[in-house]
Amino acid sequence: MKKSHILIIVVIAAAIAIIISTAGDASTYASFSDAYKMASNGNTNSIHVVGQLPKDHSGQVTGIEEGADKVSFSFIMIDENGKEQRVDYNQPIPADFTRSEKVVVVGHYAGDAFKAEKILLKCPSKYQEKKINV
Amino acid sequence: MMHYFIGDLGHLFVITSFITSLVAFYSYFRATGISDLDKKKGWLVNGRLGFYTHAVAVVGICVTLFIIIANHYFEYYYAYDHSDKKLPVYYLISTFWNGQEGSFLLWMFWQAILGIVLINTNKFWEAPVMTVFAIVQAFLASMILGVVIPGLSVKIGSSPFILLREAMHEAPIFTAQPEFIPKDGNGLNPLLQNYWMVIHPPTLFLGFACTLVPFAFCMAGLWLKKYQDWIRPALPWALFGGAVLGLGILMGGYWAYETLNFGGYWNWDPVENAVYIPWLIMVASIHTMITYKNSETALKASIILVVSVFVLILYSTFLTRSGVLGEASVHSFTDLGLSGQLLVYLLFFLFAALVLMIIRWKEIPSSEKEASVYSREFWIFMGVTTLCLMGFQVLMPTSIPVWNKLIKLVGGNSNLALPADQVAFYSKFQLWFAVVVALLSGIGQFFWWKKITLEKLKSELQGPILIALLLFAAIITIGRVYKIEYIVLTLAGVFTIVLNAKILFTLLKSSPSLSGGAVAHIGVGMILLGILFSAGYSKIVSLNNTGMLINRELTKEFNRDNLLLFINETRGMAGYDIEYKGERLEPRHHSGFINKTDIIRTANKDVVIAKNDILINGKKAFTAKDSIEILGENTYYEIELRKGDKKYTLHPRAQINPAMGGLLASPDIHRTATADIYTHVSSVMSPDEEIEWSKTEELPAQMGHEFYANDYVSVIESINRIYEVEGVQLADEDVAVKAKIKVKGEHGEYYAEPIFLIKNKMVARIPDEINDLGIRFTLMNINPEKNEFSIGINTRQKDWVVIKALEKPYINLLWIGTLVLMTGFIIAMTRRIREFRLMKAKGLE
Repeated sequence: MKKSHILIIVVIAAAIAIIISTAGDASTYASFSDAYKMASNGNTNSIHVVGQLPKDHSGQVTGIEEGADKVSFSFIMIDENGKEQRVDYNQPIPADFTRSEKVVVVGHYAGDAFKAEKILLKCPSKYQEKKINV
Repeated sequence: MMHYFIGDLGHLFVITSFITSLVAFYSYFRATGISDLDKKKGWLVNGRLGFYTHAVAVVGICVTLFIIIANHYFEYYYAYDHSDKKLPVYYLISTFWNGQEGSFLLWMFWQAILGIVLINTNKFWEAPVMTVFAIVQAFLASMILGVVIPGLSVKIGSSPFILLREAMHEAPIFTAQPEFIPKDGNGLNPLLQNYWMVIHPPTLFLGFACTLVPFAFCMAGLWLKKYQDWIRPALPWALFGGAVLGLGILMGGYWAYETLNFGGYWNWDPVENAVYIPWLIMVASIHTMITYKNSETALKASIILVVSVFVLILYSTFLTRSGVLGEASVHSFTDLGLSGQLLVYLLFFLFAALVLMIIRWKEIPSSEKEASVYSREFWIFMGVTTLCLMGFQVLMPTSIPVWNKLIKLVGGNSNLALPADQVAFYSKFQLWFAVVVALLSGIGQFFWWKKITLEKLKSELQGPILIALLLFAAIITIGRVYKIEYIVLTLAGVFTIVLNAKILFTLLKSSPSLSGGAVAHIGVGMILLGILFSAGYSKIVSLNNTGMLINRELTKEFNRDNLLLFINETRGMAGYDIEYKGERLEPRHHSGFINKTDIIRTANKDVVIAKNDILINGKKAFTAKDSIEILGENTYYEIELRKGDKKYTLHPRAQINPAMGGLLASPDIHRTATADIYTHVSSVMSPDEEIEWSKTEELPAQMGHEFYANDYVSVIESINRIYEVEGVQLADEDVAVKAKIKVKGEHGEYYAEPIFLIKNKMVARIPDEINDLGIRFTLMNINPEKNEFSIGINTRQKDWVVIKALEKPYINLLWIGTLVLMTGFIIAMTRRIREFRLMKAKGLE
């Protein structure tokens, strides 16, 4: 066997290893109930839950509770199956939070509360925002 | 008044730039294919004319857009959405590329410039290379066309020159009043109001533009069957691109480190990765191109890599701008409806390059001989392979959103998400790749310069390896590196630095112009060590050792890792005395900071009034009663660090912005040679919170006699009748008296001036507060018969701030290492340009 063949085999092996590890370490999008099941089975891996913030009839986001000193807060999120869940987050309210049309929380259940480690926001594209301050 | 002309002019320039790029493309295309010299010349002149007109139009677009921004024509959406009247000129410039359209424009601008440089430096290559350039420019120009194809209702591109009413045609105001112009714009995100935002994007996009040059030469080479000759003119550009793109990435990291608050310079966000991957592959392509120039091997690899770099740049553009990353990234652009167009852009060049490569593949010469283990080609090729795998490892997970889309497209269902802890995930792979890269760049360099046998290698390597081992032992002992992967990385980093330093010394004696490689590799070693220490050994120094909780409602970690500082009270931190000096504001047109106690707020958050003369750095900056324009969103917290008799002042910033939600903190960094102390506020007093005053304590006091106010020695210095009181209309029979009370604080003296007022025979009292001490004085009563005054004292909790501070050891190694790496690139580039000029002088290019 030529050296170049060995090299090719090594490279292919490495590439496959990378692909497998990508799939293995990737988190998953799930619903709150899936996340709850995972946590009760003792799996504390972080997962992504996509959802929305509940709004009252005037379009105000409801259910946000600011922690003391503005450095932590909790809020209610409705996942794509319609399940409501209070989410705790140990950091200040991220910029544009209440304006987001979709929220992704990354974290896991601790007891009955969902602890978010990270919040990602999908903000409405500026073109959709037809408000203007006159 | 609406300014229609300027926008129409802009539109005209956009359309001109699109059409002329097509003209240039067609002319250069014909010029390449024709063998008749006269006709060729004719087409060349056409092509040149087309491209020059194109370049003028591009500059025209830039100028018109800038005029719109600089003159605050808010009837235009771009100006309204990205700027406001308060922005200084340099941020108006960064407004220019804040939007997607502007950043496309920036990209086009650089490529237009590079195109002109190429036209003037290449004879033989001009026509084919500029064909590629022109078609790329046409694609970019189409992104800002903003033209709707009639009948199909397909919109091509998004124009920066649309009017506000076109962008927001649903807003009711425009039905009532089509000529409505808002008074002010939305402004620039305060986090982007930073000088790095002025220079980082142009650098990055120049880097993007540079990747086109080697690609264009490569395509030209394949097209004209000049399989080998394209490398010489392409190589200096690849080196230049490597340096500029690297610098752009570094600037982004530095900006994040200085301004954003995630505590580091690199977060493995998809947007960051999307530039990192092409850069790695670009570095790999530089290595194969150099190998080819020296030994005529790795030609095919060079072609594949050069094409990959450009395609990856297009892919990264697609990722960050098409909205496909969506919720996966914090700072990707939102979709402007260009995703389809971006995909066409990407696929067009991917397939064009692939087809050309496949057609020509058999004809590309390649060497059949097997590289010996002792040859430099072998080691370089190993290094290149590692770099490619390194990029591949980042590419796979970064593309997860794309995989999901693809799987959905074929009817499957995939719910993969990015790794939850991206930093840990990528680091654990990239670290080992970095180790291999460092070891190879040490060993490879030795083979590079000497064709040697095993015996000779041993004797050559003995000295440097010994030095490297000694240095390594010293570093891990002093730096206390005990983690196995860090130990290995340290060894690899030191190894490459020492080995390359030896080569550098040898070269400096004989031929310094060849030293680029050695210098660049030393930079790589320094970068690795810098990253290792600053990221691996970053530690929290603001530990709360008081045994008291900051706030019971907060987590254990918060109470442990943060320091509560009361104003003017000294605490200890990381060998420094640390003291909070109070809140500061930033004047808009003056450097330095203003103490918040020296001003009175007005209804406009951006304007304050000076209470007294204000000194900045010992010089009088504002006179009493001046109204001062400030940056209203920003509050700075002055923190003093003292060690021995040295004093350092830090100003971490907080933006309390209800519209943005919560607290946006930006750090300030105390830099020393060995470590940075990175400090940011983690909790601040809420500006609108009601202050809780203690119950009034009433004291009798006599003029000139000391009394104690909350344990501070105080004295009434004078009592005067005054005839004017701010905000009060005094009639003839009204009386106002002002007391001047001196208070000795921990740091100097303070004055409070409460006022006692009889107006319309009614008593009124205007108290005065000494902010730093948290005391409020009221002149309660005047008892002339006893020659005594009654002073009311209220106290409150002193001003406070909670900070978090991290120590980042040896982070300077990272910054210096990057500059060394860039220097290496530049030295190598200079050498390759000289080669190219030499050949050109012989009439060969």
